[in-house]
Amino acid sequence: MGAHAGAGHVHAPPQGFLWKYIFSKDHKVIGIQYYLLALVAVFTGMALSVLMRIHLVWPTVKLPFFSGDPTPEQYLALMTMHGTIMVFMVLTTAPQSGFGNYFLPIQIGAADMAFPTLNMMSFWTTFISFVCLIAAFFVEGGAPISGWTAYSPLSTLGSISGPGEGLGQTMWVISIAFFCAASLMGAINFITTVIDLRARGLTMMRLPLTVWAWFITAILSLLAFGVLLSAGILMLLDRLAGTSFFIPGGLVVSGVVQSQHTGGSPLLWQHLFWFFGHPEVYIAIVPGMGVASHTLSLFARKPVFGYRAMVYAMSAIGILGFMVWGHHMFVSGMSPYTGFAFSLMTMAIGVPSAIKTFNWLGTLWGGQIRFTSAMLYAVGFVTLFVSGGLSGLFLAQPSVDLYLHNTYFVPAHFHLVMGVAAIFGMFTATYLWFPKATGRKLNETLGKLHFWITLPGTYAIFMPMHYLGLAGAPRRYADATAVQFLPPLQPIQHFISIAAFVTIAAQLLFLINLIWSLKFGEKAETNPWEATTLEWTIPSPPPFDNFAGHEPSVYRGPYEYGLPGYKEDYLPQSVEPGKLVTEAGD
Amino acid sequence: MADRSGERGSAATAATLAVFLTVFVGITLYYFITKKWWYPPPINDFGREIDAQFSRTFLITGITFVASQLGLAWVVWRYRANGGRAKHFEGNNRFEAVWTTATIVLFVGLGIFGRQAWAQLHFNQPPADAMVIEVTGKQFNWIFRYPGADGEFGRTAPNFVDETNPAGIDPKDAKGQDDVVTLTLGVPVGREIKLIEKSQDVTHGFFVRELRLKQDALPGMVIPVHFHIDPDKVGEYEIACTQLCGSGHHRMRATLKAMTEADFEKWLANEKAQ
Repeated sequence: MGAHAGAGHVHAPPQGFLWKYIFSKDHKVIGIQYYLLALVAVFTGMALSVLMRIHLVWPTVKLPFFSGDPTPEQYLALMTMHGTIMVFMVLTTAPQSGFGNYFLPIQIGAADMAFPTLNMMSFWTTFISFVCLIAAFFVEGGAPISGWTAYSPLSTLGSISGPGEGLGQTMWVISIAFFCAASLMGAINFITTVIDLRARGLTMMRLPLTVWAWFITAILSLLAFGVLLSAGILMLLDRLAGTSFFIPGGLVVSGVVQSQHTGGSPLLWQHLFWFFGHPEVYIAIVPGMGVASHTLSLFARKPVFGYRAMVYAMSAIGILGFMVWGHHMFVSGMSPYTGFAFSLMTMAIGVPSAIKTFNWLGTLWGGQIRFTSAMLYAVGFVTLFVSGGLSGLFLAQPSVDLYLHNTYFVPAHFHLVMGVAAIFGMFTATYLWFPKATGRKLNETLGKLHFWITLPGTYAIFMPMHYLGLAGAPRRYADATAVQFLPPLQPIQHFISIAAFVTIAAQLLFLINLIWSLKFGEKAETNPWEATTLEWTIPSPPPFDNFAGHEPSVYRGPYEYGLPGYKEDYLPQSVEPGKLVTEAGD
Repeated sequence: MADRSGERGSAATAATLAVFLTVFVGITLYYFITKKWWYPPPINDFGREIDAQFSRTFLITGITFVASQLGLAWVVWRYRANGGRAKHFEGNNRFEAVWTTATIVLFVGLGIFGRQAWAQLHFNQPPADAMVIEVTGKQFNWIFRYPGADGEFGRTAPNFVDETNPAGIDPKDAKGQDDVVTLTLGVPVGREIKLIEKSQDVTHGFFVRELRLKQDALPGMVIPVHFHIDPDKVGEYEIACTQLCGSGHHRMRATLKAMTEADFEKWLANEKAQ
């Protein structure tokens, strides 16, 4: 296809259920497929966390889906699968591949992504990866227990190192390899689309911040997933082909000398994993930053304060994100000389993060804030990002990290800043764009009820984990009272569990809202929020080829809200300057 | 006409949001300031230095936290929709420059301040007369080895590891004859201890809260750390494993027993006799 085809090229809509909804090449269908995959995954991941929370506070209760009495390895398998499902199948799929697929082409005035077939392959490869991961629960020995980070040699020696480390861990690595391949396909597609398919007049500095976020995330994915793919293949070879990339010689495991392995480095896995793993947290959160910036401006009826500062800050986060992986490894045994360098780079990443926060506050300042559900979630994103981000300053220092590393302080930090904040970004995007994708609005009352349980609930779950961490409680313990200083902390664990049960139950409100509104929601017009960007110029839901074969032209930036002298307080990007209605009415 | 349902009831929503954020900040600060759940007192200068750096970090992040959350609470309340039109302004390069510079100075400066403790642990060598103890992690316990009267450890090899010889000491090596292997880490107070960390199988993590010390034990690597315990801090401290090492990770614990020099000698002699 032509490199600059834009919306101008016409492809006929496919016929038949199979080609229309299953093996579709339409970016909108693929976006929804990704979203539904993430929805199934997020409810699975939450169910696993419910079981974990039950086990931590009522350790003798027999867990459903497991045969026999509760065991430590059941907890560790739940934990490993919870982390893997959430990071890969939820936080990497929905914000980028879900919303990005659906709205990036429309927001830049294109009829589809640059490579529709690759797009379809990317989704189905992700689907295979997901099935492969879930299957790990059902193979002999069960799911792996080495955590989502799969540190070697626990993850490479096979079932001798622990239950679940047999076929379950192999399924895990294969799943990750498929996922990497899928993400690489997606990344190439996103980058090409943004560079080549922008509408006339849509310069880079007129892109909505959502598009900038997806673009930067795609570049991060391209650079990070390639490394994880290679590392995953090496791990698979260690497990199946007898190589020793990550396994040193001279190990004695369960009384058996591992003479078949020699000369490998467990640290190498950690370096490769975190070289991917740190950019990955930005892959999860940057799309949320984009959609939060976008939504705050829209519902404050004001331009983004410092559009360029936002673009530069996201780019800086992306670049610095590749230079800080070592802060996950301060206590790993890597050269202590690198500790200070990694630490300063990490502290430096707080700077663009702070710039973003100041600009979000600046965007709200002087606004006319409309508290839609989407807006509430965008504000929720900001408060979560601040709370979770600041605890990063403790963990970024090797000296303070000597105490806090691998305590509950760490899950407290990352759940707030890249877990729930990213989820709030997805909620924002869902409430914002559901009317466009379906032609109906989500129910605002249900949406607000959902918000008012979810935000306090989130804080009730994760803030107390900081106190557990300060008291030195190690994470990843199947028995929360195993060490003598832990039993006095059990009241906190109980509180967290109850908060988790309530908050997770409230997510059913969201699910009910999605299903109910699909059929009974208030009908949405073309532009129900009075917004400026291109997706609000086409029907809801959009036709197959988005702009009906004509390429829109763009005349201004994406956040022209509240400009004095005009009748409306928003100036759509694609309305010609001469056709804008002024206050005088001419 | 476009739907402006978001405007209806905006005062109530804005107020609720602002109050929620304020209460949230209050509760968070309450538990941080009353130190209801907190780290135990340190037992050496190194621990006190880390606590000082923690306090500096807490001060800076705490101020930033309160200012930004309350700032957010204030703007959502103050600028709720009232049917008017928003003030149109965007960008202010002076503001951008000020807050960028301020955060660089604060955050990076904080990082530079913190380097002292790290250097003390990893770059300052322990004195030559430091007592050397080897700690080996294995699924799921810690083994400690003292070099004995000759001051030197015997050679170890994987094939010698068994129930009676958990450290795998070569029985033919004369230097290993007087090595003492224990399941408790006994140390004399007031003396520098050099700990050599090893692992026999997977990665483990050595953590003592009161020492503010955590270091992974990696198979295939020998990792030295060092510490001392203040003379008045005789007592027992818990060693926990802090790197996921398998199904028994949580029960991989041991005791650090800090004793006076005389008690320590007695204890070691007793351990040797067993």
